[in-house]
Amino acid sequence: MPDGVLENPAATVGVPVLEVRDLKKHFPVRKGLLRSVTGHVYAVDGVSFSIARGQTLGLVGESGCGKSTVARAVIRLIEPTSGEVRILGRDILSLNKEEMRASRRQAQIIFQDPFSSLNPRMSAGEIVGEPLLVHHTGSNKERQEKVAALFDRVGLRASQMNSLPHQFSGGQRQRIGIARALALDPQLIIGDEPVSALDVSIQAQVINLLMDLQAEKNLSYLFIAHDLAVVEHISHRVAVMYLGRIVEHAEKRALFANPQHPYTEALLSAVPVPNPRLKRQKRLVQGDVPSPINPPPGCHFHTRCPYATEQCKRDVPPLVEVAADHWAACHLRKPLPASVLSDAGD
Amino acid sequence: MDSAIQDKAAGGTQPAAAKAVLEVEGLKTYFFVRQGVVKAVDDISFSLAAGEKLAIVGESGCGKSMTALSILRLVPDPPGRIVAGSVRLDGRDLLTLSDADMRRIRGNQISMIFQEPMTSLNPVWSIGNQISEALMLHQNLSRQDAFDKSVEMLKLVKIPEPARRAREYPHQLSGGMRQRAMTAMALACNPHVLLADEPTTALDVTIQAQILDLILELQERLGTAVVLITHDLGVVAETAQRVIVMYGGKKVEEAPVVELFEAPLHPYTQGLLAAVPHLAAMSGLAPAQSRLKEIPGIVPALVNLPKGCTFAPRCPFASDVCRNEFPPYETKQPGHSVACWHADALLGGRHA
Repeated sequence: MPDGVLENPAATVGVPVLEVRDLKKHFPVRKGLLRSVTGHVYAVDGVSFSIARGQTLGLVGESGCGKSTVARAVIRLIEPTSGEVRILGRDILSLNKEEMRASRRQAQIIFQDPFSSLNPRMSAGEIVGEPLLVHHTGSNKERQEKVAALFDRVGLRASQMNSLPHQFSGGQRQRIGIARALALDPQLIIGDEPVSALDVSIQAQVINLLMDLQAEKNLSYLFIAHDLAVVEHISHRVAVMYLGRIVEHAEKRALFANPQHPYTEALLSAVPVPNPRLKRQKRLVQGDVPSPINPPPGCHFHTRCPYATEQCKRDVPPLVEVAADHWAACHLRKPLPASVLSDAGD
Repeated sequence: MDSAIQDKAAGGTQPAAAKAVLEVEGLKTYFFVRQGVVKAVDDISFSLAAGEKLAIVGESGCGKSMTALSILRLVPDPPGRIVAGSVRLDGRDLLTLSDADMRRIRGNQISMIFQEPMTSLNPVWSIGNQISEALMLHQNLSRQDAFDKSVEMLKLVKIPEPARRAREYPHQLSGGMRQRAMTAMALACNPHVLLADEPTTALDVTIQAQILDLILELQERLGTAVVLITHDLGVVAETAQRVIVMYGGKKVEEAPVVELFEAPLHPYTQGLLAAVPHLAAMSGLAPAQSRLKEIPGIVPALVNLPKGCTFAPRCPFASDVCRNEFPPYETKQPGHSVACWHADALLGGRHA
């Protein structure tokens, strides 16, 4: 009875809205005349996390770390290589095309670029109403009313429904994208850098809108961004990715106040702080992010890590609980003893 | 921590005697398009002392990049044209020079770093050759000497294996490396003024930190004055001594960096500072409120702007006078000037 699960959210209380286990996405690299596979880009290499109802998980990392691939793989916009993705407890990787389409009502995505993610030939009203049409929701008139209500909710005027995307500013276009994502009343919204392309004064408007909507509708967000300050502001929990793996994962205050992985520490120290009285931070890392095609063996970060040891060059560090509910993948951090963990769990 | 504060404060106030290397006065760059006149740069004036670090900050479309392009006379013409003003570099007005004279100055006494190093480097020339070009042109070096100097410059910007990298092409370099190469190119002729237009915006945060450190280190070592154009207030706080805030093609506020962050006078500057989320753990500031302060409305299009203050439609303090007349620039504190009809009231409110 999978449909029962979809239509009765009360039955799923306690089940994470999104649960991802050991997700992998490897893109083949083809070369030569015969396009033979010469290697793989390990874009996402064994990522696990879950998001509870009404919570936001911020996923941060630098370009090429695989965070956008995670966003797309969890709703099967790209097909994961392996792993498990459960939305409201239901394994979506085993669904056929028709079932998958139906389950997309539960999870919607907002893209980074408000210019390329809206069809320039459709009116704003048609864009927001399209999910309703695809999922055969309501009569024509009901759909119109729903679209008007959505416009109103995201701060657009219903009179703008017939305008084309190019007639809107960047911030307004992102509001259209948000309205479209809300049209089917999903439980989960994936935001792939939804505010990165916006100016500061507009960014604040959109962040506030997203947070208001979450409070109102008890939405869960997977919020992907490279701006750590924005992530700190909007998230409940934060996961840091580096070259396809999660290197640290914790409740946001713990992660920002007490980072356990050297990469997180380096990221935080590199963020320019808008306070001219503070001394510039000592920079902890040098060099560039290595290519994900041939990532360094062992801990991917060892080539830039100031504390790297021989073991780091050899063995992949597992993600272990180094403090209560604070996970890090670093050989230099010792996992909590089992007795402490069971105490914390009680 | 205390010594850091003092250092920054000492650097923040410019000695009055410092000679200005760059003086921009009444600069106006307009674009004449079908829909009307776009006043991209509208009456911008500022001066830059030798070795000083000045930031120009603003949102997209505020005219900050066009100001830099106007200084270098790189405005696309048509449709753009510098319609008024003067740009004096070491006392010489660049706007009256012939094209040939201007070419002798560009890349030599004043140079620029652009945002996207991939599109601003020539893909079919090796890095070394591109740096050599300026050296051969401006310093009359032979091909071999210029190439040797290029390798030296690449070493200066801390590119590993500079001799090998000099023979490589832009696509073989990472984004951070390209921006280093671009910096090497801009500084090759030891310019008096370096214009850096969003030099780190396209880079990751750990790479951004490296490039900013590099620019600051070289700036100090070579005594170059820097105009840093950015939208990132964090970058401004960490690098600049003095800040100009632009909005809608106009300068709305200018102040030493600490004063701008701690006592901004223009409602737009105040709004901008309140709208940025900051890392509570790193900044030493209280965590941001659960809601960010919004600036209502949208950034104005620059075509046919209404008269009056460009910020008035979004400003909580706007009155009739704001909607009718652009306010004059007035110096409210030493080195701190602002264009706002209500600045006195805002200043008074703070001191009260």
